[in-house]
Amino acid sequence: MSVDKNLGASATPGASLSMGRVAIARLRDLALLPALVALVIVGSLVSPVFLNPNNITTILTSSAALALIVLAESLIMITGKFDLSLESIYGFAPAIGAMVVIPAAQFGFGMELPTWAGIMVVLAVGGLVGFVNGFLVVQLRLNAFIVTLAMLIVLRGMLVGATSGRTLFDLPDAFYGLMVITFLGLPLAVWLAAVAFLIAGLVLRYHRLGRALYAIGGNPEAARAAGIRVERVIWGVYVLAGVLAALGGLAITGYVGAISANQGNGLIFTVFAAAVIGGISLDGGKGTMFGALTGVLLLGVVQNVLTLAQVPSFWIQAIYGAIILGSLIIARFAGGQVQQ
Amino acid sequence: MSQGEDLGGRVQTRSSIAVPIVEAIGISKRYGATIALNSAQIRVMPGESHALVGRNGAGKSTLVGILTGLRAPDTGEVRFAGEPAPSVADREAWRQRVACVYQHSTIIPDLTVGENLFINHQPERNGLINWSSLRRQADEVLARWNVDVPQDMRAGDLKVEQRQLVEIARALSYGARFIILDEPTAQLDGDEIKRLFVRIRELQSQGVTFLFISHHLQEVYEICQQVTVLRDARHIISAPVADLPKERLIEAMTGEQVHFGFADAAGRVVPADAPVALKVEGLAGEDFENVSFSIRRGEIIGISGATSSGRIGVAEAIAGLGKFTSGSITIEGSPLPSGSVPAALAHGVGCVPKSRHIEGLVLGLSVADNTTMTIANKLGPLGFISPKRRGDVTRALIQRLGIVTEGPEQPVSSLSGGNQQKVVLGRALASQPTVLVLIDPTAGVDVKSKEALLAVVENLRREGKAILVVSGELEDLRTCDRVLVMRHGGVVAEHKAGWSDNALVASIEGIAA
Repeated sequence: MSVDKNLGASATPGASLSMGRVAIARLRDLALLPALVALVIVGSLVSPVFLNPNNITTILTSSAALALIVLAESLIMITGKFDLSLESIYGFAPAIGAMVVIPAAQFGFGMELPTWAGIMVVLAVGGLVGFVNGFLVVQLRLNAFIVTLAMLIVLRGMLVGATSGRTLFDLPDAFYGLMVITFLGLPLAVWLAAVAFLIAGLVLRYHRLGRALYAIGGNPEAARAAGIRVERVIWGVYVLAGVLAALGGLAITGYVGAISANQGNGLIFTVFAAAVIGGISLDGGKGTMFGALTGVLLLGVVQNVLTLAQVPSFWIQAIYGAIILGSLIIARFAGGQVQQ
Repeated sequence: MSQGEDLGGRVQTRSSIAVPIVEAIGISKRYGATIALNSAQIRVMPGESHALVGRNGAGKSTLVGILTGLRAPDTGEVRFAGEPAPSVADREAWRQRVACVYQHSTIIPDLTVGENLFINHQPERNGLINWSSLRRQADEVLARWNVDVPQDMRAGDLKVEQRQLVEIARALSYGARFIILDEPTAQLDGDEIKRLFVRIRELQSQGVTFLFISHHLQEVYEICQQVTVLRDARHIISAPVADLPKERLIEAMTGEQVHFGFADAAGRVVPADAPVALKVEGLAGEDFENVSFSIRRGEIIGISGATSSGRIGVAEAIAGLGKFTSGSITIEGSPLPSGSVPAALAHGVGCVPKSRHIEGLVLGLSVADNTTMTIANKLGPLGFISPKRRGDVTRALIQRLGIVTEGPEQPVSSLSGGNQQKVVLGRALASQPTVLVLIDPTAGVDVKSKEALLAVVENLRREGKAILVVSGELEDLRTCDRVLVMRHGGVVAEHKAGWSDNALVASIEGIAA
């Protein structure tokens, strides 16, 4: 036993160990990259078109809306909460924004507000729903899962009720702007999602609010004892998530070219899948924006590859689900090794 | 001293006749690169109370895990009454031989006491649970082991004391006569500890054997006949407690001769012109009323009392963790609002809260994240955190407090208990407070970390901080210039430094000295 007789000798292995730990922590962020690379290789084998710049643009464009709503859910999950209602906000907010603008003949409310006001209404509705969710969860201390499940149903019902189940067409151009306007060949929605992820990633890493989210998700009592205004932060995150989900809804509106009463229906499962595959913990306090983004891209690439491979459309869902399960298992192993 | 020495010929002779109820020989266990146990051994004779002591990380919990069959040793053998232990998979067989009452409850709070007693082996009739029989049998078990708790009570409403007795009764009902108590007194106050010890002696006379784990060496001398010491994953010594005076026991635990290095406060004089940093007047809240005192810079005031005396309520009110309804708290002349941690921080109050696991730490985050949590708004412009400044602040605290860590980025979950507690203290100090509130600052840490923490407190006093130590442990209070004793929410006594243990304990317990 020649262990640490002098401090100098013991300091060196300690230092190298800590380097190792930090490196491993970074590796965990990269856990999905091998899967993503493998998929890209499979994709390029399946179809020569896959690596074509146009196809890459397609993948990014079709992932932009999902990316925004996954970002929103990830922020909430890091604080240790849930918001299932994001998928309803994703349909409800753009629909309400559109209906205050379009004439009654097109199933609008008949208010015929200017288009910019309609866009504002979209964001405001998202924020307002988040505000109400936050109130119920933070002030009334109701369980987040069940509150937002109820909100999901209420909003979906209100959307179906307000539109009588009809699809809204012929919206003002601004409602399609996120997809129609392009910059360097990519639609605005892609840039918006990219910038949003970048800002969120930086804030989570380098801003006290970001660190507060992790602290609250890890141990809300300790966060409170350290002077973090836990309730206010959680409430704020709900509002922000509502706005982001509304933006995602606008992006998908541009992508589809209309708003159906079903917009976003069932999407929340994909959202959770992307976030959890990307390493955001369901228990709160863990995960990074980079991980969440790779989760989104993985699902986007899978969709694209399945389409290019001309998998019969009736089978796409089953395969898609199986791939999500497989990715979760891989991510678990990548995470499990780190923990030991 | 690689081999354990076995003192006490008396026990040796007896053991040659009697068979030990449990014996572990040559137990080794590694986790990756960490050696948790290195050919450790223990031998517990029937009917005795055997203490297992050692510093945090000495291997006690690994040994308990092996003795209860939760983990298999890499090498070595466990024997019960001379028979080889059952395989790890055979939980039922283990349960009939040994049980452990952990600090954390292992009962299910929303079931009744009776159901908890018979979890997963409920009496059945025709394949369905026979409730009336379960209730009757539960009554019998509770009556047989003299546990005064109704079987239909919701288990979550039990007090810690009752919960422990129910868990012991449950183990006995399985047939186990060897029970491990893992720090049973940590959450009990004086009267409850006394009652627990009475029960332990009663059960002992009925043939139950205990393995008693505690950081409180005094309790070892009070309740145990035999003691085994582990250090650095090895067995150091097994001996009758009577043959091992306290200094030798501590020496066996730490591997060196220890005397508490921090100064006793007796004989220390706080200059009369030192400014008053904290003034509490007529403070009242949920479980305390009319509490008044003040602390000068460079002074340490202690508050002691039973767990339910209201001392914690007073401390949490000063730190902003709890509310007060009347009276006032003044920090450096400016009044503190009720129930706001951010306000308390802004006024210059730092706090080590009651439990490091509950309010103290975010275990998954790094040392740097945890220590700078109170000052996250001061590490860069517009709330942004400069990694360099954060690292500098953290490294300075690591050095000042002697935290043993790989560096600022190590998650606190992988630190030892004593070092975790230092991180909590670091978090309190990061905001450079003038008033420090320390609630049970050395709870659940080993002798050596305790000494280090108290030495830091003494240094902070010299730097001119006003310190409030709220604790039930006499060692924590030794550094105080004055100790206030609370009972039933009010201050009932004040002891100047130099108090005798007996006098202080007597006034905490409410008995005339």
